[in-house]
Amino acid sequence: MASAREEAAGHAGGLGLSRSERVALAGLAALLVFGPFAIYPIFLMNALCFALFAAAYNLMIGYVGLMSFGHAAFFGMGSYVGGWTARYWHLDPLLAIAMGGATGLLMGTAFGWLALRRQGQAIYFATITLALAQMVYFVCVRATGFTGGEDGLQQVPRGRLLGLLSLTSDRAMYVVVAAIFLAGFLAIVRVVHSPFGQVLVAIRENEPRAVSLGYQTRHYKLIATIISCTLSGVAGAMQAIVFGIASLENVHFSMSGEVVLMTLTGGMGTLLGPVVGGFLVTAMENYLAPLGNWVNVLQGIVFVACVLTFRRGIVGVLGARTGWRL
Amino acid sequence: MILGVPPALLFSQVMLGLINGAFYALMSLGLAVIFGLLNIINFVHGALFMMGAMLAWLLASYVGLGYWWALFIAPAMVGVFALMLERLFVRRLHGVDPLYGLLLTFGLALVIEGVFRVKFGTQGMGYDIPPSLQGAFRLGFMVLPVYRAWVVAAAVLLCLLIWLAVEKTRLGSVLRAATENAALVQAFGINVPRLVTLIYALGGALAAFAGVLGAPITSVDPNMGQNIVIVAFAVVTIGGLGSIAGPIVMGFVVGLIEGLTKVFYPDASSVAIFVLMILVLLIRPAGLFGRAA
Repeated sequence: MASAREEAAGHAGGLGLSRSERVALAGLAALLVFGPFAIYPIFLMNALCFALFAAAYNLMIGYVGLMSFGHAAFFGMGSYVGGWTARYWHLDPLLAIAMGGATGLLMGTAFGWLALRRQGQAIYFATITLALAQMVYFVCVRATGFTGGEDGLQQVPRGRLLGLLSLTSDRAMYVVVAAIFLAGFLAIVRVVHSPFGQVLVAIRENEPRAVSLGYQTRHYKLIATIISCTLSGVAGAMQAIVFGIASLENVHFSMSGEVVLMTLTGGMGTLLGPVVGGFLVTAMENYLAPLGNWVNVLQGIVFVACVLTFRRGIVGVLGARTGWRL
Repeated sequence: MILGVPPALLFSQVMLGLINGAFYALMSLGLAVIFGLLNIINFVHGALFMMGAMLAWLLASYVGLGYWWALFIAPAMVGVFALMLERLFVRRLHGVDPLYGLLLTFGLALVIEGVFRVKFGTQGMGYDIPPSLQGAFRLGFMVLPVYRAWVVAAAVLLCLLIWLAVEKTRLGSVLRAATENAALVQAFGINVPRLVTLIYALGGALAAFAGVLGAPITSVDPNMGQNIVIVAFAVVTIGGLGSIAGPIVMGFVVGLIEGLTKVFYPDASSVAIFVLMILVLLIRPAGLFGRAA
């Protein structure tokens, strides 16, 4: 994790970005524009959903040092609510995605508030969020009327954007996904570089000191959690709209593990890391799917290897080598 | 009728609850002791539980060794395996943010469970109750299968023994001292790294023992440890990680509450534990046995 001094250095520009960050963002924007010409758009959309999910997750683990192990609950419930409202309430796709975000917001507020009641060891935040997410999973397994149980919530329509533009073509859908991803990502960048974000980093680096400076650190942690969970819900709902299905997989705890894996491999506490990690893990799952259960074994090995030897992640190492802030 | 429920049903669910409680107690006890010493939440515990049950099944199907053999061999093998895990992986995280310990052990669990799934699929395997423990006691108010009584008795006895060992023996006092202040204990000439390895291995063996106990009453499959480890996390969260008695008592209490929920409101039985955790967080955020930070 980068030091606070590095983060505090070099503030300029509208979003408070350093030069290297602006170059990186331009690269990301170029990828979004030219990507679909080179890469299968369905894969790209899936990767963007996960990249947004991981970027949202990173806001907590990377910038506040709060480890949630239950983020599948927000992503998964976001996808159920987004899918449900699109299918049964015939909501506009944008509104349905917003409903997913609202679900993440409400759940994040409740879960975050509960988990933060336990003071002391940071590890409890992980066990509490994991347990709460497991509860959500069991409720989803039982509530077959809402979730469709093992079959999932199927036949979610992509609908018409603002009632006008049909999103059935992958190209149209892609533009919407890319736009929402970019908006979410820039929101996170904005939060990280705001005075609020600086306090988050201060809490990560030395919480007692932040407290002694007069910050109500619990409030800051809760707000960061809520922002993260809201965007996770948006990512989940977006995925349900793109693929037309919301399934139990999305609320299972292995999804919580996957988002950690994305953030870890890409680089915790870096802006671009989770995006890189999101693409990497999605690609791994996509292209290695024929290997079946070996994919899990491989994921586990990557986990272990990263934790033991590569804690900074790809972007973290790249940033340290080049001296750029990415 | 008791509270509108036939007594036989009530008692049999209470018994089932106690059995689940026995597993929760054995699992959470290991988790809490390992956490106390290593500061690591050991996610791999569920996989070790599964390995215990799978090994019992493998010993029976391929080697022809029955339950009583498995009860000793499987924990010993898993204990050695856990020892290797500690030496090869967990040890390297010394001095690193404890959150990484959870990630590392999560990764290890993925690998272990994945390998078992590749080899054996996800279909549940049956494991017979040993002939000496078949049958049932007729108690008048309920019929108590011998095997269930044995599981609860064995778990209670083992928990008591461990509690006594931690409270009364020299090794136990060293363990408690090292949990409080490892550096100081090391300064007294005690080999703390070796103690850590030993405790980690014993915790793993305990999980495997629970796995063998569970083999005849639950379906044996590579995913069987996944939920139980999360429940054990909830149990240590409810009880607080700071004590030995906490996880034991809370394990049984949680199992019992789960069993009672099955009688009165079956739909909620799988979430009862988590609701209990929420209530504890609302009423006593530091945990029932925990000290306030």
